[in-house]
Amino acid sequence: MEILVQNIFNALQWGSFYALIALGYTLVYGVLLLINFAHGDIFMVGAYIAFFLTTFFLGEYGVIAPGSLAGVTILMLAVPLTMILTSMVGVTLERVAYRPLRDKGAHRLYVVITALMCGLILENGNLALLGASRKKFPELLEKTVWTFGNVSVTNLKVMVIFAALLVFLFLQFVVTRTKTGMAMRAISYDKFAIPLMGIPINNIIVFTFILGSGFAGLAGLLFAMSYPILEPYMGALIGWKAFIAAVVGGIGDIRGAFLGGFLLAFVEIGVVAVFPSTLRDLMAFSVLLIILWWKPTGLFGIAKTTKI
Amino acid sequence: MKKIVLSLASVLFLVSGTAMAAESLKIGFNLPLTGDIPKVGESSRHAAEMLKEDINAKGGLVVGGKKYPLNFIYEDNESKAESAVNVALKLIERDEVLAIVGPNSSKQAVPAGGTCDDNKTPMISPWSTNPDTTLNRPWVFRAAFLDPFQGPVAVNFAAKTFNAKKSAVIFDISNDYAKGLAEIFRDEWQKKMGAGTVVAFESHGTKDQDFSAQLTKIIAAKPDFIFIPNNYNQVALIVKQAHDLGWKGPFMGSDAWGSAELMQLCGNDCVGHYFSTHYAAAGAKGATKEFIDRYSAKYGYTPDDVAALTWDATNLVLKAIQDVGKVDKNVKKQRKAIRDAMAAIPEFPGITGNMKFNEEGDPIKCAVVVRISEKGEFVFTEQVCP
Repeated sequence: MEILVQNIFNALQWGSFYALIALGYTLVYGVLLLINFAHGDIFMVGAYIAFFLTTFFLGEYGVIAPGSLAGVTILMLAVPLTMILTSMVGVTLERVAYRPLRDKGAHRLYVVITALMCGLILENGNLALLGASRKKFPELLEKTVWTFGNVSVTNLKVMVIFAALLVFLFLQFVVTRTKTGMAMRAISYDKFAIPLMGIPINNIIVFTFILGSGFAGLAGLLFAMSYPILEPYMGALIGWKAFIAAVVGGIGDIRGAFLGGFLLAFVEIGVVAVFPSTLRDLMAFSVLLIILWWKPTGLFGIAKTTKI
Repeated sequence: MKKIVLSLASVLFLVSGTAMAAESLKIGFNLPLTGDIPKVGESSRHAAEMLKEDINAKGGLVVGGKKYPLNFIYEDNESKAESAVNVALKLIERDEVLAIVGPNSSKQAVPAGGTCDDNKTPMISPWSTNPDTTLNRPWVFRAAFLDPFQGPVAVNFAAKTFNAKKSAVIFDISNDYAKGLAEIFRDEWQKKMGAGTVVAFESHGTKDQDFSAQLTKIIAAKPDFIFIPNNYNQVALIVKQAHDLGWKGPFMGSDAWGSAELMQLCGNDCVGHYFSTHYAAAGAKGATKEFIDRYSAKYGYTPDDVAALTWDATNLVLKAIQDVGKVDKNVKKQRKAIRDAMAAIPEFPGITGNMKFNEEGDPIKCAVVVRISEKGEFVFTEQVCP
């Protein structure tokens, strides 16, 4: 029983990261029908931005009052700054790589390939710029381990889970309850009619990228705090898996990405808890395959008919 | 003025011309300069550079009464098995090196050893401890002890120090080194303590970052300690997550922990734990101390075991070249002569200890167990000799 509770906490924490990244995939897909394969690497860039902010800007080697800021203060400042800077990276990618292709009327496939290339450029650019050696993320919060019987939870774990939940509620609100959200949903239906309604299509797209990348930055910061070793390829695998989670949840739907992320984490951790850990990915993805087989559009996806 | 410049230029040209004319001895290095364990590659290169500068400052290596400058070629194997094979081929075919030092990790040394053996080029791995690296490969040597020796060292030390009856293992299944050592450890522990005393035997993938499910399983099985035969970058994550899950017991590690970067990544979480390794920098004497002092002064950090082993491995190659006594224009003949000379070295006083070589090309040498001190130093605790 205690093992079960402990593993539920493990899965909730791990799933929070999948969910936060999957939300970014799904936002961009929901608007542009574009799979932004660079998203996992934007997450990685977010973690590095957080590293530089907390170490060289605010932290012990910082420009501002080195060593005198408390960890909590640094964290409070680092969260918005990381999100702003990471969203700028995302918007830059949109402006430099995706928009020119879209303006030329390129097929979506080419934009997806461009996104893949952008991801590789971010990874290898980082490798060239900062070298291969790993970075250690500083400890910002005094770690508290709460133990109930044999169940242990850290304050960080609780924070991560709450952050993921809040981000989900916020995005769900933005997309379904605001005018901008309505415009975002509308663009995916008809890219040509929407500008005629007076909706600035490019602004909405930029806004989408700001949202998606900003929360990838937040995920990067939280991830770096939970798993404090940074390397240029850290976003690749988790990005791929989060993408699969988004597809299983029904890509384009906020609820789908959120649930998909947690579903993948629960299956992964559940497999390891019961079977030999070697079988984790094999069984986890077999389960996801069966879900897609049963519902090819994902849990929340709606089948669309394309008119010819 | 113009004349002076011209004559200076021609003098320079002549000097460089003669320097080019003196034949250099080319030795290849197959190192992980990027990828999972870049610090290992960096330490190896630093040690080799220091040795090269020493010898070239004296005009080169004396072979048969003549001095030959050394030319070390460093290639990056990205810490990947397939790249290590490509690097070995590149060094053999394009650079026509006499011998290859590296790869370091067994994950790369096992496949690259096959390539070198097939292409009849002597190879010596400084750090690889998996038996397969040199097994049935007359052209492949190593400077490190083997896992069948290291495994029992860890078993005996942990049983005695932690007064342990039950153990648990977590290891990287896609790494030849970690998998091999984990299995040796399990078999050895059960031989000593009886069946079922390894209460958890959990694996994970190389790129994994979350180990909470495996660790929950391990902690629930209540072992007396956890054995982690992994590379240092994973160790840092595993140890920290185990503490987050409420683990308060000891960890035992293997020689892959011993990187200069371990403490930087792991910090306080690693303090007080033990691992078996090739040498202990803190408290060293004689030639070992001299090496440590010079290395620390030059590069600003205490050399890790891989630096010391690279120094020994490279010296072994150089000794073999000297033993050959001449430099043949024909690279293939020279390689053969070097291999034979290396196989004929009976005993070698290295800075990581005295080595005797058996017929497989494996050294018989001592291992040490070190404790990670509060200052982050690896402090000598015990020496175990075969």
